Amino acid sequence: MSELSVNHLLGIKYLKKEDVKLIFKTADHFKEVINRPIKKVPSLRDITIANLFFENSTRTRLSFELAEKRLSADVINFSAASSSVKKGETLIDTVNNILSMKVDMVVMRHPNPGAGIFLSKHVKASIINAGDGAHEHPTQALLDSYSIRERLGGVEGKKVVIVGDILHSRVALSNIFALKLQGAEVKVCGPKTLIPKHIESLGVKVETDLRKALEWCDVANMLRVQNERMEISYFPSTREYTQQFGLNKKMLDSLNKEIVIMHPGPINRGVEITSDVADSDNAIILDQVQNGVAVRMAVIYLLASKIKQ
Amino acid sequence: MSQKVLLTSKEIDIILHRLACQLVENHTDFKDSVLIGIQPRGVYLAERILKILQKEYKLKDLKWGQLDITFYRDDFRRSDKPLEANKTKIDFVVEDKRVIFIDDVLYTGRSTRAALTAIQSFGRPREIELMSLIDRRFSRHLPIQPDYSGRQVDAINEEKVKVNWKENEGEDVVYLISK
Repeated sequence: MSELSVNHLLGIKYLKKEDVKLIFKTADHFKEVINRPIKKVPSLRDITIANLFFENSTRTRLSFELAEKRLSADVINFSAASSSVKKGETLIDTVNNILSMKVDMVVMRHPNPGAGIFLSKHVKASIINAGDGAHEHPTQALLDSYSIRERLGGVEGKKVVIVGDILHSRVALSNIFALKLQGAEVKVCGPKTLIPKHIESLGVKVETDLRKALEWCDVANMLRVQNERMEISYFPSTREYTQQFGLNKKMLDSLNKEIVIMHPGPINRGVEITSDVADSDNAIILDQVQNGVAVRMAVIYLLASKIKQ
Repeated sequence: MSQKVLLTSKEIDIILHRLACQLVENHTDFKDSVLIGIQPRGVYLAERILKILQKEYKLKDLKWGQLDITFYRDDFRRSDKPLEANKTKIDFVVEDKRVIFIDDVLYTGRSTRAALTAIQSFGRPREIELMSLIDRRFSRHLPIQPDYSGRQVDAINEEKVKVNWKENEGEDVVYLISK
C-alpha cells in the first residue's frame, strides 16, 4: 500500500493498520532527511498549510511548523488569543476566511472534542487534528508508537501501561487506539477518579497499583495531571498523587527488568515522574520529540499527496 | 503487449566491463571519487560496477552510496500513482568530491534533475558525472546527457525499456516492451 485510506487525520480511530505502517515507513525516510546536513526537501513547495491553534501549545505547534517547513510548504500561523474568534466569529467562518486565501491543509488544535471532524465536513481542505479537547491527539499517539517501534523493534505484542490522568487525556485515548490497532496489550493506571467508566470496552485493563502495573509492562507512558481541565478535585493532594502514582528512581531500580519510560510532555518534574527518571537511559522522552517531526512530516506528506491539483 | 530483447546477458556483461574501464580512465585511483546509485533501479548497476572495479582493477576503499530522489521529484501530486520513497544511504560528505551518478535508464532526464537537487543536501560536489546503461536519446525533456552510456536506444514514448538484473529478476536482460 502506498496511499492512506483517509483524506484527513482526525483520529487514530479512523485509521487502518496499513495506514499506520505506511506512515511509519515514510517517517523512516524523513528521519534520515532531518539528520542530513541540509534537512529540507522540496516536495510540498506548492502547498500552503494553516496552523490553527485555538488552545495553547508549544511543542506540538513547533513540531508541526518545523515538519511543514522541512517539507518546503508555506506556513501561516493563527492563535485564538489574538484573533476574531474573540469577537464572536464562528469556527466555519474563521476557517473559510483562511481557506479563501488558497490554503490546502489545516492543522487544528481546539478545546472542543470533535472540532476537527465537524470542520472536515464543512470546509474544503485536508484537516489534521492536533488535539481536540479530551478526544484525540493522533500525531502524538503515532509518534509514541513510532518511538516504541524504534526502541523495542516493534509494537505488536508489547505491554504498555498508560499512567495518570486518563479521564482528561486525549493522548491516552489516541494511544489506546493506536496500540490496540498494532496488536499491543494495554493497561491504564491511575486514581479511580481519573479513569473513565467502561474504559474496559476499549479492550484495555485497569490497574490501580502502580508497582504491579510496572512489573507487568515493557513500556510505561507517564501522563501529566491536567489541572487546567479539572473543575473539581479528583484526588486529595498533589503530594498524595505523587506518593501513589509518581514514578521515582527507587521504584524503577527495584523492578527486576528494564522498562522504557515515555512522557508526552510537558513534564511536571517531581509530580508524575522525578527528574532522575526523566533523565535516565530508560527514558525516550527526547527521542519522542525528535520522532515527532519525522512522523508529522510523513502524515503531512501522505495527506498532501492526496490533494489533487 | 510484445517484448523484444535489446541486450542479452552476454552483451550486458561486455558493456559493464567497458563502463568500468571508462570510469578507471577518468578517475584512476578514485581517491576523491564516489559512486552514487540512484534509487530504486540504479543501485543494481552501481553494485555491479563496484564489483568489477574491486575485483578486476583491485580498487579498495571505494566510496559508494544510494540516493533516493522521491522527495525531490517534480511530479508530486501530478502523477496518478502515489510516489513511494526508498532508502537513502550516503554515510560520507560529498563536499569537494567527484560524484558519479549511476542509473539504469536515462529517459526524460527528470530523475537526474531531481538527483542533482537531492545530492546538494549532502554538500557541494566538485563535479557530477552521469552513467546510464540505457540512453533513450530522443526522449529528453531537459538538457541532460550521460557521460558514460551503455547503449543508445531509440524508443517511442509508448514503449518501455526494462532492465532486469540477476539478483532481482533472475537474469540479466534488457527488454523493449511495446503495448
